Amino acid sequence: MMLLTCPNCGARNVSEFRYVGEAKSRPDPETATPEQWRRYLYFHRNPAGWISETWYHGSGCRRYFGIERNTVDNAQRSAAGTAGATS
Amino acid sequence: MSRNGQHDGPGRARRTSRYSAWSLVKNGLGAGSGWERAFRHHTPKETYDVIIIGGGVHGLATAHYLAENHGITDIAVLEKSYIGSGGSGRNTAILRSNYLTPEGVRFYDRSVKLYEHLAADLNFNVMFSQRGHMTLAHNDSSLRTMHWRAEVNKLQGVDSSVIDPAEIKKLVPYMDVSSSTRYPILGALYHPPGGIIRHDAVVWGYARSADAHGVHIHQKTEVVGIDVASNRVTGVRTADGRRISAPVVVNCTAGWSTLISDMVGVDMPVQTFPLQAAVTEPVKPFLDTVVVSGTLHTYVSQTDRGELVFGASVDPFASYSTRGSLDFVEGLAGHVLELMPGLSKMRLLRQWAGLCDMTPDYSPIMGLTPVEGFFVDVGWGTYGFKAGPVSGEAMAACIAHGKPPEIIAAFGLERFDEGRLVGEKGAAAVGH
Ligand SMILES: Cc1cc2nc3c(=O)[nH]c(=O)nc-3n(C[C@H](O)[C@H](O)[C@H](O)COP(=O)(O)OP(=O)(O)OC[C@H]3O[C@@H](n4cnc5c(N)ncnc54)[C@H](O)[C@@H]3O)c2cc1C
Ligand SMILES: [Zn+2]
Repeated sequence: MMLLTCPNCGARNVSEFRYVGEAKSRPDPETATPEQWRRYLYFHRNPAGWISETWYHGSGCRRYFGIERNTVDNAQRSAAGTAGATS
Repeated sequence: MSRNGQHDGPGRARRTSRYSAWSLVKNGLGAGSGWERAFRHHTPKETYDVIIIGGGVHGLATAHYLAENHGITDIAVLEKSYIGSGGSGRNTAILRSNYLTPEGVRFYDRSVKLYEHLAADLNFNVMFSQRGHMTLAHNDSSLRTMHWRAEVNKLQGVDSSVIDPAEIKKLVPYMDVSSSTRYPILGALYHPPGGIIRHDAVVWGYARSADAHGVHIHQKTEVVGIDVASNRVTGVRTADGRRISAPVVVNCTAGWSTLISDMVGVDMPVQTFPLQAAVTEPVKPFLDTVVVSGTLHTYVSQTDRGELVFGASVDPFASYSTRGSLDFVEGLAGHVLELMPGLSKMRLLRQWAGLCDMTPDYSPIMGLTPVEGFFVDVGWGTYGFKAGPVSGEAMAACIAHGKPPEIIAAFGLERFDEGRLVGEKGAAAVGH
């Protein structure tokens, strides 16, 4: 099974986690237009390569964290750009 | 398919030989050496009227209907690998039209109708078996969605109704419909015209027909760039260093489609997820309907060869990796045995994965884009094989007339900005 490295708990089976998606910031609800909201909700980058994303360790520390993952081979490095534990 | 490459120049006259019982006998006696190549190899020209990127069922059907219905034959289909190497050769080949929205039902119903005549139209045996399709309900809310779908289906003239466990048992005697299971079966949405097809044959049949009309199919030709001048597409660049020009470029690359649209700066709400499937050793025929369970994230059908084909929902995170996982087979086995405990001794032969281009509303994205001459036919997710014929027909009309025909009007890219989603999740998340 693929392992994912939680910054708090270390390497765990990927099934312990929930994939949240690309890390991006939410537009300001006071000023965002409907189009901006829809872009934020529906449009995500979908590169074949490295992407910064958010995961949730639901069956562990129950914290959200950022990680960088290569979508082609699922290699990972911490959001700072180090390490390289794979499946 | 892979008989050694005889190279023909462009524009060779249309083939006349047809597949028939007589040609089978004749070529059978001659040890098979008399068969013509089903489609030819060409050297790419410098320019075409239309370039279609992606040699799956969508790209090849679009080429076929452009030629057949609109007389547009100066077309190149560019495929980075071999035709059918993407989702079109990896799917579980389920066809049906019992969707949830009127737009969806009309659209997929047209596809089933085209599939019913496809073998004759293409002179290629596509082995469409309309054996019936059954989606199980294990709780009240899914039973309610089934009733909703059945009514929408009937309004569109599609044969679809909710049946009870006794009727299910009659159709699938090996299924455990007792109330003592963990997820008791309360009923099912039953759709008699649904069924399975030989997916490779559909791909090859469209390729052969497009070729006969003069379309060039270029395999091992990867597009690495698209040229745009003053917001108009002018051509593509390939990995082997060619520039091929065309005023029309069509994106039919499913799981890879954002990479292609990124080349011209068209943003699409599409994310690529792997979907896995598995097949068992062959056994005698005992299952002659397609059985789907959304709650158990699984579905099963038996092929003409006797193998059981299983599928599931997409992997839980976006990826371009087509590696299978143990997770998947373990989960699958458990769920299948909930439904049919008698299968516990069956052995899996093989598992595989393909890439799915998921959209937020589980409906496709088809038609024009903000870049002139750049068309998209994407967002096929886990359910796009069944849409091959209608999509080819509609995209061909869209390209020939410069505007989307009525049947795909609801599926434009602009719907996401306008907030007009076509929600099909309730009918497409597991059922495919
Ligand atoms: C396991 C599985 C089960 C499924 N089950 C069903 C089912 O039961 N029923 C159903 O209706 N659908 C099903 N689907 C979905 C279905 O397979 C797809 O939606 C459909 O095949 C998409 O067809 P396509 O022609 O658009 O794309 P594809 O067949 O994926 O073709 C796209 C092609 O584009 C090529 N390409 C990509 N990038 C480039 C480039 N840069 N240059 C040139 N070529 C390129 C690829 O090599 C590929 O051949 C399933 C999918 C999977 C993975
Ligand atoms: Zn943790």
